Amino acid sequence: MMKIKTFLFIVCMAPFIVSAAPLEMELDKAPVDISDNASLQRGAESFVNYCLTCHGASFMRYNRHRDIGFDEKEILERLVQTGQKVGDLMESAMWKKEGEEWFGVVPPDLSVIARSRGADWLYTYLRTFYRDDSTVTGWNNLVFDRAAMPHVLYQLQGEQKLVVKTSDSGEQKSLVLDKKGELTAAEYDKFAGDLVNYLVYLGEPHANARKSIGLMVMIFLLGMLVLSYALKREYWKDIH
Amino acid sequence: MSNRLNSMTEWIDKRFPLTSNWKAHLSEYYAPKNFNFWYYFGSLALLVLVNQLITGIFLTMNYKPDASLAFASVEYIMRDVDYGWLIRYMHSTGASMFFVVVYLHMFRGMMYGSYRKPRELLWLVGMAIFFVLMSLAFTGYILPWGQMSYWGAQVIVSMFGAIPVIGDTLSQWLLGDFTLSDAALNRFFAYHVVTLPLVLIVLVFVHILALHEVGSNNPDGIEIKANKNPKTGIPVDGIPFHPYYSVKDIVGVVVFLMVFCGIIFFAPEMGGYFLEHNNFIPANTLQTPDHIAPVWYFTPYYSMLRAVTVNFLWIDAKLWGVILMAAAVVVFAFLPWLDRSPVKSIRYKGPIFKFALTLFVISFLVLGWLGMKSPTPLYTLLAQIFTVIYFAFFLFMPWYSKIDKTKPEPKRVSK
Repeated sequence: MMKIKTFLFIVCMAPFIVSAAPLEMELDKAPVDISDNASLQRGAESFVNYCLTCHGASFMRYNRHRDIGFDEKEILERLVQTGQKVGDLMESAMWKKEGEEWFGVVPPDLSVIARSRGADWLYTYLRTFYRDDSTVTGWNNLVFDRAAMPHVLYQLQGEQKLVVKTSDSGEQKSLVLDKKGELTAAEYDKFAGDLVNYLVYLGEPHANARKSIGLMVMIFLLGMLVLSYALKREYWKDIH
Repeated sequence: MSNRLNSMTEWIDKRFPLTSNWKAHLSEYYAPKNFNFWYYFGSLALLVLVNQLITGIFLTMNYKPDASLAFASVEYIMRDVDYGWLIRYMHSTGASMFFVVVYLHMFRGMMYGSYRKPRELLWLVGMAIFFVLMSLAFTGYILPWGQMSYWGAQVIVSMFGAIPVIGDTLSQWLLGDFTLSDAALNRFFAYHVVTLPLVLIVLVFVHILALHEVGSNNPDGIEIKANKNPKTGIPVDGIPFHPYYSVKDIVGVVVFLMVFCGIIFFAPEMGGYFLEHNNFIPANTLQTPDHIAPVWYFTPYYSMLRAVTVNFLWIDAKLWGVILMAAAVVVFAFLPWLDRSPVKSIRYKGPIFKFALTLFVISFLVLGWLGMKSPTPLYTLLAQIFTVIYFAFFLFMPWYSKIDKTKPEPKRVSK
């Protein structure tokens, strides 16, 4: 019997032993908190200023931003830039054809980018651009090799360059700041953090409502569990 | 008041078999009194079916089966339709939970020999339901028209294309086009919301009808109808389904809803297992994703599809994969005739069956896990080994179930 158990154990564990292969690159943890309206508002403004020129968020309406504490007047003043109405979708200002001509690809719509890429990937991506003369844009990225997007935030972050150290354990890539930007490293991290936080909100604007309704549903079900179990016990008393 | 109600019931009974059906299927349908945890999943499957039907109807009110609009219409439901996000998550979580309860329901049948005589037809109808459910899941997954919808469907369609001689014609007929396109999306929508649900409802009805004809099996695998009270003609180990199992199933429903709602409200993507990350990228016909994986409930079969890597007997590897995958689903249908054990339930079966069933479950889980990974030579080898174990469970059953050392079945059901 012991042999059978050992065999079963080995059979069970086999795939997990081999799955311990290292990941390509470790992602930094994004500071996501979609209940933090101040951060979401900062992120929303940065998004409109820096991203919306090329990317759209065309499944999202401007007036949805009432969820994060803006009123309609603020939305019109701070978010809507191109003379659109408050109930309009957040379409990109750029023509798709132009995008394809300029970048080789149409810049993707960012409405649900946080749901496909994940917050940590986006956070790392926004912070790991570096100068690379071998690419068309002059920029490259640690998590997205030869990304079509140039570093549009370089004035804020400054310019980084790649340092590759070769040791016994393989190549180690790291970035160092070559030219200073308007923001310090900590400020830029916060900027990117707010932006990613907003992208997470943008991916699922009802996430906060979902969680708060969920809490009430669970409390209701807990009550139902007590009642239904008491009912079952009462009926089953006479079954032996 | 009760007089009025009685005369009303009488009026109906003269025109429609209300009371007789109520008795036959609920208040005087005698179920074994020893049902355990595993017996919740049948009624739960029915609950999930109702959930899918109702939420599905609401989704169709705003969904657009058009390749250029489908993805946006799903996001429209998620954002602009009142509680659209809730309806959509109920439907997407329901799809996965349908497979969770159906897999557990099938496993229950395998443990307690519920497929054995006289329940062979019940089991076969159940297998038909399983097949329709898989088709529903596949056609439904295409509808959001994300990258995984598109490329996953591409894999399935290419499977039809692998069938010799008629393959290409068949896949064109299915798609209504030479490639996967708007025409295919439209017809898959029609299958998903009309054809398949209709067939499913009829099959579920037949499944319950067959069940109520032969009566439920139980964890002891003995027939309660063999031991009836001579005066009343009621099985001594049977209790009326209503109220006993109706109140018990309600507890099961509440516990299930806690899990179900836990996922809907707190982890609707289930870490990418219920809603895949790549399916939040709109379908792009020019860009194949690096890694195509179906949703978790298809991954054991997907593993088998990929496991065959060599051409064999003039048939090419891809077609073997398709044959193997289809066989892996169909083989369940033969269980009633493969099992030659003198007893039904695992409680009285011998160590060989217990060992074989454990191995089968492990291979199912490992194949499922491998199906989510990109293939490497090692993973492919593992998939091949576990595919062999999966089929060995069925193919050697007539032999090992016969020689296994069983225990005698009791006369009455045990607690």
